[in-house]
Amino acid sequence: MGSIKNISRRGFIKGIGLASGGLVIASSTSLLSSFTTTDIEVLEFNPNLFVQLNSDGSLILVASRSEMGQGIRTSLTSVIADEMEANWDKVIIKQATGDTKYGNQNTDGSRSIRTLYQKMRQMGATVKSVLITAAAKSWNVPESECKAENHFILHSSGKKIAFGDLVEIAKGLEVPKKVKLKSPKDFKYIGKTLPSKDVENLSNGSAIFGLDKRLPNMKFAAIKRCPVALGAVKSFDKTEILKINGVIDVIEVPSIIRPFGSLGGVAVIATNTWAAFKGRDALKVEWDYGKNKSYNSENFMNNITENIHKTGHVEKSIGSVDDAFKKTNKAIEATYQLPHLAHTPMEVPNAVAYAKGDTCEIWAPIQAPQAARREVAKLLNTDQANVTINVTFLGGGFGRKSKPDYIVEAAAVSKAINGPVQVVWSREDDIQHSYYHTVSAQYMKGGLDKNGNVNSWLHRFALPTIGSTFKPGSNLPQPWEAKSATDLPYDIPNMQVETCKADAHVRIGWLRSVINIPHSFAINSFADELAHEAGMDALEFRLNLIGDDRIQQTKDKYKYDTAKLKNVLKTAAKNAGWGKKLPKGHAIGLAVHYSFYSHVAAAVEVSIIDGKVKVHHVHMAIDCGTTINKDTVIAQMQGSVIFGMSLAFYGKITAKDGAIEQSNFHDYQMIRMPNAPEIHVDIIKSNNKPTGVGEPGVPVIAPALVNAIFKATGKRYRSLPLSDHGLV
Amino acid sequence: MITLKINGKEHTVDTDPTMPLLWVIRDIIGFTGTKYGCGKGLCGACMVLMDGNAINSCQMPVSVVQGKELITIEGETENLQLLQKSWAELNVPQCGFCQSGQLITATALLNNNPNPSETDIDNNMIRNICRCGTYPRIKSAINHSVELKNKG
Ligand code: FES
Ligand code: FES
Repeated sequence: MGSIKNISRRGFIKGIGLASGGLVIASSTSLLSSFTTTDIEVLEFNPNLFVQLNSDGSLILVASRSEMGQGIRTSLTSVIADEMEANWDKVIIKQATGDTKYGNQNTDGSRSIRTLYQKMRQMGATVKSVLITAAAKSWNVPESECKAENHFILHSSGKKIAFGDLVEIAKGLEVPKKVKLKSPKDFKYIGKTLPSKDVENLSNGSAIFGLDKRLPNMKFAAIKRCPVALGAVKSFDKTEILKINGVIDVIEVPSIIRPFGSLGGVAVIATNTWAAFKGRDALKVEWDYGKNKSYNSENFMNNITENIHKTGHVEKSIGSVDDAFKKTNKAIEATYQLPHLAHTPMEVPNAVAYAKGDTCEIWAPIQAPQAARREVAKLLNTDQANVTINVTFLGGGFGRKSKPDYIVEAAAVSKAINGPVQVVWSREDDIQHSYYHTVSAQYMKGGLDKNGNVNSWLHRFALPTIGSTFKPGSNLPQPWEAKSATDLPYDIPNMQVETCKADAHVRIGWLRSVINIPHSFAINSFADELAHEAGMDALEFRLNLIGDDRIQQTKDKYKYDTAKLKNVLKTAAKNAGWGKKLPKGHAIGLAVHYSFYSHVAAAVEVSIIDGKVKVHHVHMAIDCGTTINKDTVIAQMQGSVIFGMSLAFYGKITAKDGAIEQSNFHDYQMIRMPNAPEIHVDIIKSNNKPTGVGEPGVPVIAPALVNAIFKATGKRYRSLPLSDHGLV
Repeated sequence: MITLKINGKEHTVDTDPTMPLLWVIRDIIGFTGTKYGCGKGLCGACMVLMDGNAINSCQMPVSVVQGKELITIEGETENLQLLQKSWAELNVPQCGFCQSGQLITATALLNNNPNPSETDIDNNMIRNICRCGTYPRIKSAINHSVELKNKG
């Protein structure tokens, strides 16, 4: 579309004065055709997101983060639309390719809204301001007499002009350096429930996930990988495989030892996925298993459990726990053990790659499109500019798709066969070759004084660090992996957090809420155990433990606020009917945790029916600052409850002789509808900065659940999953 | 040669008769709304309607379904369209990947049981996994569809 290139984009965008804002006002009515590579090239000063208003009034807003079910495409763009006073029906969302010009695109850490909210507001406000200037100019009236409303500029006299009709004039205007943002009370979309722009396509089969991408003459490939992490191919025999109907070729895939490199293995290339799977399953490969062959997760758990019973590396210390334990009235100890987990997004890892000469185009479900671009460029020894990463819909991510290893594989295969190919992981591949959530052992010791107050708290843990994926050999948790233990929001005079050694024998990665899962489990379980020992009501005990209202003393921009923690805890408990009479045999368990800068509590109501646990209700309370899309927050809390329950009920990945023992949904089970409880979500009203939503609901579920089971049965479960205890 | 009737149209494919219907639909014919989630009959992502009933297409050799009336998520039947409307109204999907299968299972449920109880819904929808955890909304949307239908 010529019009974009005709305007001096550079001067225009510079004038916005936003480090990371962008704005295009184009006059063409052709919408998406404007997004050809050349046009985007013109927008090189556009870091994050951009706006394109067309003369027919249609408004294209670019979503720079990946959509994996968290509703980000809608919430990101609705913020611009709100400040701009745009009509939501006129908005078309365009997904950005992987490119640093959009700023950080990593869709992880529950931070998309948190980090982009303000920038998007400014972007929307800037466009609005230009449109007001344009209208005032064309009417020859003062700007102060004009305002924007629902895709029109209105004049106090009653006349109005549509946004689209202002495009020609707006194009030539100077852009204000400073713009005024709306007052939250005037928000039209922010804080309300806005329907997802994608809901129809996601309900009629037309949304294109990575797995659905098709190219002319595209082949399908399945890869046989070494059952032991980071093992290598010794030899293989392809003769029999080539006889399988549909199989075209069998080739070796390079093993690239980098955090996001490819595991390597042997790829079977075929005319359809089924033939590729069939060939791959029949293929015999000799492996050099490497040093992880000795990994046996049961022994490993014993080893790290031994480690946590010895003094570790001190991460944080307040007062003196040693002295306090000597003097304390009563000391109790507990050991908590949690296994590895796999993400199992509903859509398995997959990628389409088409390497042609020096260039390569990718279509994939990816949370980290820029890392993918970097890795593919490295693999093909080409410039990043030659690599295009098209981000499709993601059929779930949960952290698995933050690692572009499967994209590197696809690029390698495409290059080898000199044509387009889709690499598909089977569910077995997904479960057996993941970047696993870490396995952990944690030792807690607490002291109670005569009045039942906690006077000392020792938390010692061992877990293979995510750092080991980036720096092989790392065997001590990094400080950030201790944060959810060291940031303990309890008012205890003597506390110490220690980390202990643990080697990694599989690729360790982040999984929805990451390290908060084990820490919240141990901390919330142990607080409940202390309450019991003190003979106190669990809620009251916990509120005392959190103590006076105070803001965390930290250099961090975001700090926990104990008043908020107490508030979400009280809210969840109250909504659940804490202290009220429950149906016979029912009991409520509580947990509260601060993560991704949000304060979240859960109250889980259970009963035991024929020896099996039944979760009836889960009440969630979340303080995530300003809410962008209310319905999205509710959906994320609902999803977090189910995710947390799946890991509590069934989540366990084990290894024997280095190989993962689970393979599909029969031995790595998920919560299904009959086990889904009624979920109630209370969002605390707030005008503070928005904080995380996608992850912070997860860590409170498992501990609230075991606390509820304790209350119902008097039995304390310190390890998961509950299926190991015959409870499900 | 195998002839399949999908969404009211005939498709003739030259393929291995043991190939599961799922892959014929996705890779040979090219309808990608039907999803692969496990390949073992465990997750329900691959559900299609066969003569009005929901089947795991990943478990069904293509030769077996010749002559049957097959409907995929892209197809049209009264209950499917009604459910899709409720899906949108209640904003059911998160990532959406499981939803084709969920909708097909729910369609078959309503085909066979126009007024399902909560237990009926549970017992049928147990075939489908949603990793994003949209179960509460799926259930509400099925109930909502039944209400709409009963209102006429
Ligand atoms: S893909 Fe058929 S049931 Fe999972
Ligand atoms: S909506 Fe993501 S798996 Fe169901």
